[in-house]
Amino acid sequence: MAILSLKDVRKNFGKTEIIRGVNLDIERGEKHAIIGPNGAGKSTLFHLISGLYGVTHGTIQFKEHLIQNRTPYEISRLGLARSFQVTNIFPRMNVFENVRCALFWPHGYRYSFWHLLGRQTELNERTLQVLEQIGLQDKMHFPAGELAYAQQRALELGIAIASGAEVIMLDEPVAGMSHSEAENAVQLIRGITEGKTLIMVEHDMSIVFDVADRISVLVYGEIIACDKPENIRANPQVQEAYLGEVAVNA
Amino acid sequence: MAFLKKSTIWIAYLLALLVLPQFFNSILAISIYNQMAIAIVFALSYNMLLGQGGMLSFGHAVYFGLGGFLAVHTLIMIEFETVYFSIIFIPLVGGVIGLLAAIFIGSFSTHKAGTVFAMISLGIGELIAASSLIFVSFFGGEAGVSGDRTFGPPLFGVEFLQDVEIYYLAAGWVFIATVFMYLFTQTPAGRMANAVRDNPERAEFIGYSARRVRFISFCAAGFFAGIAGGLFALNYEFITEENLNAATSGRVLLMAYIGGLGYFIGPIVGAVILTLMNSLLSNYSELWMLYLGILFLLTVMFLPRGFAGFIMMHQVAWIRGKLHTLFIPYLLTGIPALILILSCVALLEMSHIEEEVLHYLGLELNPATLLTWVITIVIASASLFAIRLTLPRLRAAWEAANAIPDSEDG
Ligand SMILES: Nc1ncnc2c1ncn2[C@@H]1O[C@H](COP(=O)(O)OP(=O)(O)OP(=O)(O)O)[C@@H](O)[C@H]1O
Ligand SMILES: [Mg+2]
Repeated sequence: MAILSLKDVRKNFGKTEIIRGVNLDIERGEKHAIIGPNGAGKSTLFHLISGLYGVTHGTIQFKEHLIQNRTPYEISRLGLARSFQVTNIFPRMNVFENVRCALFWPHGYRYSFWHLLGRQTELNERTLQVLEQIGLQDKMHFPAGELAYAQQRALELGIAIASGAEVIMLDEPVAGMSHSEAENAVQLIRGITEGKTLIMVEHDMSIVFDVADRISVLVYGEIIACDKPENIRANPQVQEAYLGEVAVNA
Repeated sequence: MAFLKKSTIWIAYLLALLVLPQFFNSILAISIYNQMAIAIVFALSYNMLLGQGGMLSFGHAVYFGLGGFLAVHTLIMIEFETVYFSIIFIPLVGGVIGLLAAIFIGSFSTHKAGTVFAMISLGIGELIAASSLIFVSFFGGEAGVSGDRTFGPPLFGVEFLQDVEIYYLAAGWVFIATVFMYLFTQTPAGRMANAVRDNPERAEFIGYSARRVRFISFCAAGFFAGIAGGLFALNYEFITEENLNAATSGRVLLMAYIGGLGYFIGPIVGAVILTLMNSLLSNYSELWMLYLGILFLLTVMFLPRGFAGFIMMHQVAWIRGKLHTLFIPYLLTGIPALILILSCVALLEMSHIEEEVLHYLGLELNPATLLTWVITIVIASASLFAIRLTLPRLRAAWEAANAIPDSEDG
């Protein structure tokens, strides 16, 4: 059974239908990429799955739960973590705290006001581990808002992956990074999502074809193709709608 | 190491609280200490909302006041032997009432932060203040209610007849409350309060309901405000509507802000400064509220991180061992700045005074003659000029002290 399953999902903003009946099944352990031109609705689809927006129509099933009308925190607790296209961190807290906060709920602290953080060895070690993975351990005392852009992107990624959620959704994780930074990030994403389910929106086609097991092509709120990378590359419909960019980037 | 450093600070804090009455022990001094103690707890509780939780409240005095009223009523009950326990627990009574009120009000006011929260807090504040004049049997109308703290069972022979005995009791509570408020910042709930302050949307994607996080901080803040209210009741043995109205809510906001919202000690600093201004300055000048307003404005404009922030700004220079290089430049700019302030104060006082002469800093100024005004204005202008002259040097020294040495780059 698919771990995540969208059935005829629609989303209107006012009168315009931005997502027009998306059906999508994502298998456990799959690395799934969503590609499509600007404004196609990729981020909106992420917002619908993660609970930021409610759907206008349709159902979203995550494991055995119907989540289309759940709040982001309920969905997050079920084991779905995400990052944002526009950096979305805790700017006044330092880097260490940013990552550690993402670990509280998965480590079972809930709303505790009786655990002293200094004493939570396991939690703190895990935080340091994540910081090392994203290469920010020497910046850990900096306020997150003062980091350089690429470092903030790394932190954005760190907050999403820290929880160790079963499903990780990344919205253009390497956009705006230099080539070498992007390469590092891809290595990291690969390592961290080993054995997990990854859904990724990405414009860089070399990364997409490199990482993904399956690719969905979203154009004007509709999935026009969903297949293995080699078939997507060969699909004439996709080429028509999207190939210009593929050719440039690949 | 870090633990040692931290516990040193706490021990120093406790010692400072305990030895304070040994230095100045006049009745006035003790009464100021007691006010400070109350203000410290109140301001720290306020900062749980604003500084740590990003909730701007205009009605925090509600929890202080309700705690205080119940505390006075408890004193009355002790007096009439309805209940029987030592008055040292009175602040806890206040705290529980503050907590209950916060649970009730927070259940709907913490839904949103920002303007909505601020407006609700203002509305609740007005509502409670108005009803305190309506429900006279509980709030005592304009006269308030009063009790007597000396009827409780004595504690090791102490009957709390004197203010200094109350001071030590208050100091104990201040210490305990400070420790617990600090510890709260070191827990997941306390940290998530910061996270929700910074970015409530993102907090929801790491598993937390922003509303619930705010609610918890709100309840904790209400609890500690109630403790402060209980201390107030013990100290003054009476309480009125004034102690839960908007003016009191405004004062605690000023304390936290002037002290520095971004630092745990900020509100303590602010509480000390404002209590001193309140009690000392008000003896010398009727204009002290005006000065308080000006101080607030200047803080907002020039020290956005408050006095605590100003102190902490020197950390880098201190670590690099360059703090001493700032001493002379500070002095050179500081002296004319002080003269400027004093002459501006003289101008204000002269415009205000109704007598023939103004006794000011040992001088006798005559507001009726033009010459006095001219001289004062000349002094003020000259000191302003001196500040402008010396400021570049201070700025250069500051930059030099904070500059990153060549050897370490980062
Ligand atoms: N909150 C909103 N209200 C109204 N319209 C919106 C809203 N959010 C997105 N849209 C519109 O929906 C469309 C899809 O936007 P979305 O951000 O999902 O695209 P995208 O595929 O992620 O594009 P990009 O590649 O540029 O990130 C756009 O036309 C956008 O203007
Ligand atoms: Mg997008």
